[in-house]
Amino acid sequence: MSAPGISSRHAFSSTLLELARLDSSIYALCSDSKGSVTLGAFEKALPGQFVEAGIAEQDAVGIGAGLARSGKRVFVCGPACFYAARSLDQVKVDVAYAGSDVKIVGISGGVSYGALGSTHHSLHDLAVMRTFPGLSVFLPCDNYQTAAVTRLLAASAGPAYLRLGRAPVADVYGEDRPEDFVPGRAVQLHEGRDCTIVAAGEMVQPALGAALLLEAEGIGVRILDAWSIKPFDAEAVTRAARETGFLFTVEEHSRYGGLGAAVAEVVVETCPVPVRILGFPDEWAPAGSSAELFDHYGFTAAKLAQRVRAALATRDRR
Amino acid sequence: MIFAAKGGHIGGSLSSVDILTSLFFHVMKYDPVRPQDPARDRFILSKGHSVEGYYCALAYAGFFPEARLDEYGRFGTMLYGHPTLKVPGVEIPSGSLGHGLAVGVGMALAAQRDGAGHRVFVLMGDGEQGEGSVWEAAMAAAHYRLDRLVAIIDNNRLQISGPVDAVLRSSSLAEKYASFGWAVREVDGHDFGELNAAFDAAPWEPGRPNLVLAHTIKGRGASFMENESSWHHKTPTREQLEDAMDQLDRAAEET
Repeated sequence: MSAPGISSRHAFSSTLLELARLDSSIYALCSDSKGSVTLGAFEKALPGQFVEAGIAEQDAVGIGAGLARSGKRVFVCGPACFYAARSLDQVKVDVAYAGSDVKIVGISGGVSYGALGSTHHSLHDLAVMRTFPGLSVFLPCDNYQTAAVTRLLAASAGPAYLRLGRAPVADVYGEDRPEDFVPGRAVQLHEGRDCTIVAAGEMVQPALGAALLLEAEGIGVRILDAWSIKPFDAEAVTRAARETGFLFTVEEHSRYGGLGAAVAEVVVETCPVPVRILGFPDEWAPAGSSAELFDHYGFTAAKLAQRVRAALATRDRR
Repeated sequence: MIFAAKGGHIGGSLSSVDILTSLFFHVMKYDPVRPQDPARDRFILSKGHSVEGYYCALAYAGFFPEARLDEYGRFGTMLYGHPTLKVPGVEIPSGSLGHGLAVGVGMALAAQRDGAGHRVFVLMGDGEQGEGSVWEAAMAAAHYRLDRLVAIIDNNRLQISGPVDAVLRSSSLAEKYASFGWAVREVDGHDFGELNAAFDAAPWEPGRPNLVLAHTIKGRGASFMENESSWHHKTPTREQLEDAMDQLDRAAEET
């Protein structure tokens, strides 16, 4: 694991620029968000493949679909909170229903914007996006995975939603842990037999930290990185249920409808075991940075380890 | 079709069918055998509920056999109550209002960037102008100087609940679009001479998108439906159907 460097937005935009130089059908669109998406270099290098839609997310998605119907591979980029809500109808109809080759790139997802408040949080995006047939949903956890998923999207046709975080994060993957990411396949990052934590996005790092803390106490925790929210790796989740008997899910998302729901939907049908869904509760978050909110809601390695410890102890007393 | 299916949007289909006829049988360049030909003119039915007239136009234009129109309203048909990409010739699904103009902007922008010569036609309703996303797209079309984009408003002055100006006043649409930087022409939306001339001449001004404000009559051709908002979506009885068909046949003979 390396220390935090650049943010995943940079990993995304520099990878996209590199690919778009080689493929003139790759377009980047934004909605007065080229600064926050870090698309300035893209616009400068490839102005003919860049489109500014202004503060008009519905229009940006519609224009993106029109470009895609004309043979372009379009990345529509801007804050996840707006693309997953204000332009949701366009994402549903013009992108998903039409099967358009449009990738919605929601930056600063979850509570990345922290103290800016709930207008700027997207804790509902996975829930809505994963119900649209044909729309893939990906949530990478670090720069390495972000660049890899960007390459994957640039090489495949069809609609997708990619959610990125804002703060620079430590790498989970890298040269020392290279990984080929295949949609629909979770990555097992740590082996354990007492329980499993299924995590995605920025929650992978604290989940891994918790596994290491618990390992020192003799509790074996399997960690699954479920970066591919859709298609979802039902097989890995079922295997984890069967082999470890107790599942936790951790997500920077509402407890409703996201990763926890995806896991529960699988195991209730294949291998019913206890599932603890750790996500944001049904309330508007207090003001605070994303790190402060993670701490407040218990998404640190130490606090996750405590939740796992307590839940397993309760189970074992029965 | 609507009689057999026991449902549909008859009023808006009749107000816009002359516009479709002009576009599909006089103005637009396309090859129904190669519906994805990159050089084709594009048509988007943004007011997706006027689907019956659209399906007829596509069938008569040769995109699919006319006999398949009989499937309308049957379980499992490709002919849903709003256009989808299952239907050859359809460019984008529609039905949720206020989407088509932005998609048309994207298509026209792609053509502009690619140096292609085709045009993009988008048919909207006047009630549809209540959707804010229409105006986002109107700004973008002017900003990007998309003069090969032709928007048409089927200005039948009625929407589902009553007169457009009583539901949400949209008067002075010509002035609104002009102030957004569009070139605007008003035509009689049932006069093929006026429709063809306006479409054939576009782009009218270099660098400006084109708006055809087509004044139309909802339920056109069937006297008992004309200008009656209740006929936005209503199924005619057998007697009403025969009466309407007689009226349309007589009108066809007179022209």
